[in-house]
Amino acid sequence: MSMTLLQVVVSGLLLGAVYALFSSGLTLIWGMMNVVNFAHGDFVMLGMYTAVVIWTALGGGPWASVPVAAILIATLGVVSYFLLVRHIMKGPMLAQILGTFGLALFLRYAAFWTFGANFRTLPDTLVGHSFVLAGIRFEGSRLLAGVVGLGVTLLLHVILTRTAIGSRMLAVSEDATAAQLMGIRPQRMQALAWALAGAATGIAGALIATFFYTSPTVGETLAIVAFVTVSFGGFGSVLGALVAGLIIGVVESLSAYLIGPVYKDVIVYVLFVLVLWFRPQGLMGKA
Amino acid sequence: MLKTSRRTIVAGAALAAVGWAGSAAAQETVKIGAVYPLSGNSASAGEYSKMAMEVGVDVINNGNAELAKIMPLAKGGGLPGLKGAKIQLIFADNQGTPAAGQNQTLRLITEEKVAAVIGAYQSGITLTASAIAERYGIPFLTPESVAANLTERGFKWFFRTTPVAIDFAKAYSAFLKEQKAAGRKVDSVALVHENTEYGNSVASVIAEVFGKDGLSITQNISYSANSTDVQPQVLQLKEKNPDALIFISYTSDAILYAKTMKELNWKPGIMIADDAGFNDPSFVKTMASSVEGLVNRSAFAGGKPGTVPYLFNELYKKKSGGADLDDVSARGLEGFLVMADAINRAGSTDPAKIRDALKATDLKADQMVPGYDGVKFDDKGQNTLASSLITQMRGGQYLAIWPKDRATAEVILPYKGW
Repeated sequence: MSMTLLQVVVSGLLLGAVYALFSSGLTLIWGMMNVVNFAHGDFVMLGMYTAVVIWTALGGGPWASVPVAAILIATLGVVSYFLLVRHIMKGPMLAQILGTFGLALFLRYAAFWTFGANFRTLPDTLVGHSFVLAGIRFEGSRLLAGVVGLGVTLLLHVILTRTAIGSRMLAVSEDATAAQLMGIRPQRMQALAWALAGAATGIAGALIATFFYTSPTVGETLAIVAFVTVSFGGFGSVLGALVAGLIIGVVESLSAYLIGPVYKDVIVYVLFVLVLWFRPQGLMGKA
Repeated sequence: MLKTSRRTIVAGAALAAVGWAGSAAAQETVKIGAVYPLSGNSASAGEYSKMAMEVGVDVINNGNAELAKIMPLAKGGGLPGLKGAKIQLIFADNQGTPAAGQNQTLRLITEEKVAAVIGAYQSGITLTASAIAERYGIPFLTPESVAANLTERGFKWFFRTTPVAIDFAKAYSAFLKEQKAAGRKVDSVALVHENTEYGNSVASVIAEVFGKDGLSITQNISYSANSTDVQPQVLQLKEKNPDALIFISYTSDAILYAKTMKELNWKPGIMIADDAGFNDPSFVKTMASSVEGLVNRSAFAGGKPGTVPYLFNELYKKKSGGADLDDVSARGLEGFLVMADAINRAGSTDPAKIRDALKATDLKADQMVPGYDGVKFDDKGQNTLASSLITQMRGGQYLAIWPKDRATAEVILPYKGW
């Protein structure tokens, strides 16, 4: 019994690290420019398809698909910023919401058109086999995704808080005009934020594809988790997303195991509402 | 003005048709309406069913020598009961919405003057479309909608050829009891089902039938089909370790379960899946090697050369460009053939006579395209001989394993998985 329970907790933690990884891009964009990217889930979806295409066309595993997806989705992020987001940021709030939402639909149906509605999966032998350590079973692909998820999220946090470029990005998010007076180009910094967020999201997608199914609508399923994780952890806080991701992963797993899978969402959302009740800014968000 | 001109055109066309028919002027056409999803989410299923039924029309109107040895109606030259009248199947697009399905049925009945209607794939659309047919007193036959309430409305013009949840449950129960008699351990059964109408209703029917048959369900796990993770559920199963497991799932969750069971290295002795997700071509394509030996159900499973399903499948493949008949299209074709048989016996296009003929339908198993035991309707219009074949995953495709007389392969157990 206790061994199974331990397995549930470990599975939940690994799942949570992946939640954190694909949520970090969303929280970064919000922190930098107060824009909610509704196309975030579809960015993840394109990262997943990158991995699928690289495997089917070239037989490449995550070692090839992770860097390619990072570059591709980072580029997509920068292009979206210059062609769309930069313009709608000048408009009313509703324009921002509908703008990225339109982008989401565009990407989703472009995927339908290109890849068809079928579900794809990558062979589970792509990331080595599972192994047993101290009675706990680890699946290679999930472990890789979890560890990289932790690494990338922490790296993003360090970039934002401990480097000169991070300080410049934060300066722009605090007050773009003042930053400009100090010789920082706001647009360049914001484009950089989209590139970083895109890269993290691409990596997340390529890694999730190794153990999840890929379909044009998969972004929808994942986006809900990302939004909950981000508002739980505090909009704009990468570290918050990490902590929230881990909490949600473990709570989901434990409640599904102990109470029942249909109740796990209820429990996660009750917790979510409680956190927002006492800390509307989220666990680590700025008040 | 417009109306006159259209009437003129119709009259002209009719004259031309008579001229074309020449000596066979006495011949008439029997119009049957077919309401199917030809656009919207389920359009591909609708298109496949349409092609299958068109194969049926062609066989009855133009004949097929091989099928004629088994099926009286396949001799060609239309319906003998109506002096060789040809069948014209008029398709209407239900657009995947109950409202459109209802409007199109109304149009077929009032404008096209069809003698009967077949349709409509989605249970929710069959519900509204058949209500129109009932009001106008036109026979309505559904070959594929399985919602239980359809035959519980006290309708007098409604017929259903497809098996429903209770038939599937009985098939699983009989299959498992047979395995038990053969010495396999079936003391505990786990049910894992998604929590919308489909999963809930099928699971509750299975639980009821199994209860009566003395098979004990020791675990009943309900989950949401769009879950991102199913590890805890698989761990729950692993801990209780049931002898047999039944999945009632859609595609994305079927993929997650198959993957996660392999990851956590657990499998039961017998694993059964209730059609749907586990039968989706994209599931079969990507996951087949992880679920070798999975037991499933399907109304259609090829059949041996020379049989009705085999011959129809050969004709269908020519039309579809290589695709085989599947569970849905085979049931659709059967629905059409049942209607054609009834109209032939009615010897008339009078709806009341067709209804009486449908009520007297008594088709035998060797005439069936899907694996039914035959077609015979009860008072509610449900086919009492509808049954499902049980299939098993073997090297990337499902082969029929049960019942024995229609099996194309032997049962291999325990479940191998990967």
